[in-house]
Amino acid sequence: MTNKSVTEKKSVLAGAIENTVNWVDERFPLTSNVKAHLTEYYAPKNFNFWYFFGSLAMLVLVIQIVTGIFLTMHYKPDASPLDGILGNPSVAFASVEYIMRDVPWGYVIRYMHSTGASMFFVVIYLHMFRGIIYSSYRNPRELIWLFGMGIFLALMGEAFFGYLLPWGQMSYWGAQVITSLFGTVPLIGPDLMEWLRGDYLVGDATLNRFFAFHVIALPLVLLGLVTAHLIALHEVGSNNPDGVEIKKTKDKKTGIPLDGIPFHPYYTVKDMVGVVVFLIVFSAIIFFAPEVGGYFLEANNFVPANPLVTPSHIAPTWYFTPYYSILRAVPPIGVSQFPGVVAMGLSVVVFAFLPWLDRGAVKSIRYRGTLYKKWLFAFVVSFLVLGYLGTVPADKFGQFGAWLGKADIATVVARIFTVVYFAFFLLMPWYTKRDKTLPVPERVTG
Amino acid sequence: MKIKNIMKKSLLALALIPSLLLTQLAVANESVHLDQAPIDASNHDSLQRGARTFINSCLNCHSASFMRYNRLQEIGLTEKQIKDNLLFAGEKVGDTMKVSMNKKEAKVWLGVAPPDLSVEVRARGADWVYTYLRSFYRDDARPTGWNNVVYDKVAMPHVLYELQGEQAFNHETHELTLTKPGKLSTEEYNTLIGDLTNYMAFMAEPGRQQRNHLGWFVLLFLGVLLVLTYKLKKAYWKDIH
Repeated sequence: MTNKSVTEKKSVLAGAIENTVNWVDERFPLTSNVKAHLTEYYAPKNFNFWYFFGSLAMLVLVIQIVTGIFLTMHYKPDASPLDGILGNPSVAFASVEYIMRDVPWGYVIRYMHSTGASMFFVVIYLHMFRGIIYSSYRNPRELIWLFGMGIFLALMGEAFFGYLLPWGQMSYWGAQVITSLFGTVPLIGPDLMEWLRGDYLVGDATLNRFFAFHVIALPLVLLGLVTAHLIALHEVGSNNPDGVEIKKTKDKKTGIPLDGIPFHPYYTVKDMVGVVVFLIVFSAIIFFAPEVGGYFLEANNFVPANPLVTPSHIAPTWYFTPYYSILRAVPPIGVSQFPGVVAMGLSVVVFAFLPWLDRGAVKSIRYRGTLYKKWLFAFVVSFLVLGYLGTVPADKFGQFGAWLGKADIATVVARIFTVVYFAFFLLMPWYTKRDKTLPVPERVTG
Repeated sequence: MKIKNIMKKSLLALALIPSLLLTQLAVANESVHLDQAPIDASNHDSLQRGARTFINSCLNCHSASFMRYNRLQEIGLTEKQIKDNLLFAGEKVGDTMKVSMNKKEAKVWLGVAPPDLSVEVRARGADWVYTYLRSFYRDDARPTGWNNVVYDKVAMPHVLYELQGEQAFNHETHELTLTKPGKLSTEEYNTLIGDLTNYMAFMAEPGRQQRNHLGWFVLLFLGVLLVLTYKLKKAYWKDIH
């Protein structure tokens, strides 16, 4: 073959591709969308470590959906006993073990899904933390933050519904406890609880509806919210570690932000590095320690659900424990646990108010004063301490003496940190305004 | 951003995970001291002895309904060996380990239906199983005449007492003493239970060995991929700053 014919062949192929793209473009905005979201979406060039977690959250979402599809092919949402013999583990529990043992590569798929659930929260919490330290929630990005909060809530629901499916002891009693929280609502509580469960107790009806929520209802909501989150982001543009609006300084000729670089290829190749690092951690967990010491897969969940035996210690999975701690810390009014339930709900929802609570003169933590940094530090400590306390029984560290009414030490500590947790949000308008901030540069720094 | 900086920060973030690992979750009966089970997934002799003990002694009342007989090939037995030595009641080699005992009747006899043991080690831990099976003692206050240090008022009688003998428990010193020797010496009995626990740990997740083995290849692949993606990133970013 001569050189000439090679070039000719190439140009024929290139021509065919071009024709096809043109054909599509006349009927669907393909090229314009690729440009708007990838090749001509200008992101600040100074993204740091914290900016990996958005794309990683997308990766985990895809992992969960794909592994979830394969799990659904073998999982059976059925609480009746195996072989119809009373006392046997349920069909649901057995189908999970069937996946673990008899389905080719089933154990990898299942561990990917169970590890993915926890890693989703690891990634989302770090992503939210990024949003907080650089105030990415502030004008003009309030809606991005609110869509993100919607994603967070949907994710919590997704995790909660999914956790019931293996029908182990923790699945069962966790669902029993959480659904009973709705029973504390004044007046309508008991009816509401029964309506959610579809039965007087968590049972087969509950398992089937939770399965429906888990595999279709919430994934649809999640995908919709993620789309809205990204559309809003690409409309206003990304924040950055300096909190400087890059759209303020554009190239006069091209109109492109001077500190902006096209998302593709720059951030696609950078995010690939992040993806591989993430996959290394993810694989290390899957192949060497999928239980992660009982935090990702609880030992008690290898005991088939038994409505007649209450486990001595019921703890939610680690990602819910800060809020669970707050639930336990708030004392009841009379016999009603409702105040604790309200506090727990608020502790999650309160994040949504951040765009309006923050009155700081600057966005990025780089230019905030020490007052703000102290409060943020106090909040992070409370979140971690509450998270830890939520995994242990309330009497873990013994009791105070009679001078404090023999109160559980862990409960008192949880109460103190619950106050700090809420103070971080409620006092934010005050301390962010009073905070002595540093001058913000005109352009992004390295 | 400098690679050193990335490394430092990612290490910091990753520190979150091991710190979670360090604080183990509370297990039931944490006041009881548990002996460390001699788990060795590569010791096929031990696993085979354990499988024999399990099938002969446990599988009369306890099922392992997620465990297929033919998976014993993974601990070095041939299909013929399994068929000839371990299948007694016309089971097929691809069947799971079921028992014919009626659960309803078992509940009447013992107060509780014997639980399925497929994933018992994952639920309670190997150390618990190892200690439990060596901690039965005579207690005339119990309907079966047996009690257990690790599991107070347990419904199961001491099935292997002919081998271990009888122990007495001193409630003040919390010590077990052998009052009537059995067919086996204490060391022999400990080995028997060690093998049995080893087998039960295998049975709880037969794919574990393969999983760990595969993990190294996956990490190796990702390690190479990390170098390549990092170089790719460097090449693209050389003009930025």
